[in-house]
Amino acid sequence: MIKLGVPSKGRLMADTFKWFADRGIELSKAGNDREYVGHVDGIEWVEMVLLSAGEIPRELAAGRIHLGVTGSDLIHEKLALWEDKVARLAPMGFGHADLIIAVPAYWTDCTTLHDLDAVAAMFRARHGLRLRIATKYHRMVRHFLAEHGVADYQLVDSQGATEGTVKNETAEAIADITSTGETLRANHLRILEDGLIHQSQACLWLSQTAALSAPDEAALSELKARLT
Amino acid sequence: MAREAAIRAETQTLLEWFESLGAQRIEAGILQPADTLLDLYGEDIRGRAYVTHDPLRGEQMLRPDFTVPVVQMHMAENSEPARYTYAGPVFRRQEEETDRPNEYPQVGYEVFDGSDAARVEAQVFVAFHAALADLPVRAVIGDMGILRAAVSGLETTEHRKAALMRHLWRPARFRALLDRYSVPLTLPDDVVTGPEIGLRSASEVSDRRELMKDDAAAPRLDAGERGGLEALMAIACPLPKALSALGNAAAEMPAIKAPLAQLNARVEALAEEGIAPDALDFEVTYGRTSMEYYDGFVFGFAAEGMPPIATGGRYDALTRVLGQGRSVPALGGVIRPDLVSDLRARA
Repeated sequence: MIKLGVPSKGRLMADTFKWFADRGIELSKAGNDREYVGHVDGIEWVEMVLLSAGEIPRELAAGRIHLGVTGSDLIHEKLALWEDKVARLAPMGFGHADLIIAVPAYWTDCTTLHDLDAVAAMFRARHGLRLRIATKYHRMVRHFLAEHGVADYQLVDSQGATEGTVKNETAEAIADITSTGETLRANHLRILEDGLIHQSQACLWLSQTAALSAPDEAALSELKARLT
Repeated sequence: MAREAAIRAETQTLLEWFESLGAQRIEAGILQPADTLLDLYGEDIRGRAYVTHDPLRGEQMLRPDFTVPVVQMHMAENSEPARYTYAGPVFRRQEEETDRPNEYPQVGYEVFDGSDAARVEAQVFVAFHAALADLPVRAVIGDMGILRAAVSGLETTEHRKAALMRHLWRPARFRALLDRYSVPLTLPDDVVTGPEIGLRSASEVSDRRELMKDDAAAPRLDAGERGGLEALMAIACPLPKALSALGNAAAEMPAIKAPLAQLNARVEALAEEGIAPDALDFEVTYGRTSMEYYDGFVFGFAAEGMPPIATGGRYDALTRVLGQGRSVPALGGVIRPDLVSDLRARA
């Protein structure tokens, strides 16, 4: 059977169900709302597995699921050399979010990465501390900053409420996903002009490592045909 | 495991060779405190080194090299002159290149000796050269001091020179800075749009705005001067030709005369040790991206289709950082016995 990994909760799950429904494939949760068992109607030989969106990249890379729905940010962050492990079948047009770097709005001397680097050098000289950037996207942020030659910073882990870390003085800047920018503004933060790291959206991914039997291949081509 | 045995034998031979030159055999822990390495190399090191932790000691790293622990040990305990040798695996995390090893052996030789710099440099180079004497390798030398001197001699503000010096090891940023200094700058608006939050105070923001004002008022970097710097960085050829190119460059850039005199003294000392200049290549930017703590003479030995067999250089500045104010003249390098052994097997 083709295993399709779908985010198990909230808006992402609802949008995924609708996206597939528009293509004649009905996904639904079995039994009561709390039970994580899925049903697939409208296509044969495909079963749905409900998973945390954050675990879908790992399951795809390990080949334990054939297909999965998750944000491109999570694929890029969690899978080194992701192109070798998954192929993008389709962008799904929802779950849009930008991974960005933001600094306090009152830093009128800091609007670009050049400024951030200069600020980090002065901050370290003054405070004896590398400038702290709070994020949960460690790999992507480190990669981006290395590519742009920003030095004298450190990443501090923040798994949630990242916009609050500056006010709480556990970080000087943040790297996080934003869609409307409202949370950033409410927390008095401003995005750097060249601080866009990645534009993410939900995508349907195909594992490059999962084994496919002959009926799996047939079901997969049937599914791919529905996507176009 | 014939290869393993060959590598062990090669390691032993190299250790004995360095011991015969008066080096004391030392050991270093595989786990190193992450703080020191992070402060030294910055966050980038996390992409290249394995980080682990326990609740008591916090973050630790599997040693990405021996230089830092060796310098720390020397600075804490010993007096000059001193020579050390060591052998063991180093660990490099790989995120992008799947066929590069994440663990490989190194044999090192480090010399802390403040006497005649050119002579000590020539001797250290010869120690490595002799260890690889019967192998098909090509030696490259360079000198980070030349680029540093050229930057410090630019007709521009101290602030700009400091920024360029800080990014000597990051070619993309270095170039972006040169670009920036070649055009008129505009200041971002000074409209405060939010309350003062976080550890960085409003006075730090206004201090930097002052610096930015000065920077915007500074004259543009002269195109000829920039061209001279880029031509200097492009020098990569056999040593005799490089020496004459550097001599010509020094006419326009008097700042590089001092490191060039040191280079000439080193070349003489090498000749006295039996190394002819035309046996060496010289690259002004050699080691610029891969060996960030070297600040003067650098060298490496390359073989066809392999990573560098041996690399080394002078790292006085590192001893200043790790020595809490004290610094000592320091020089050394490492050989990879695994590659030496592969190279012998290939011959």
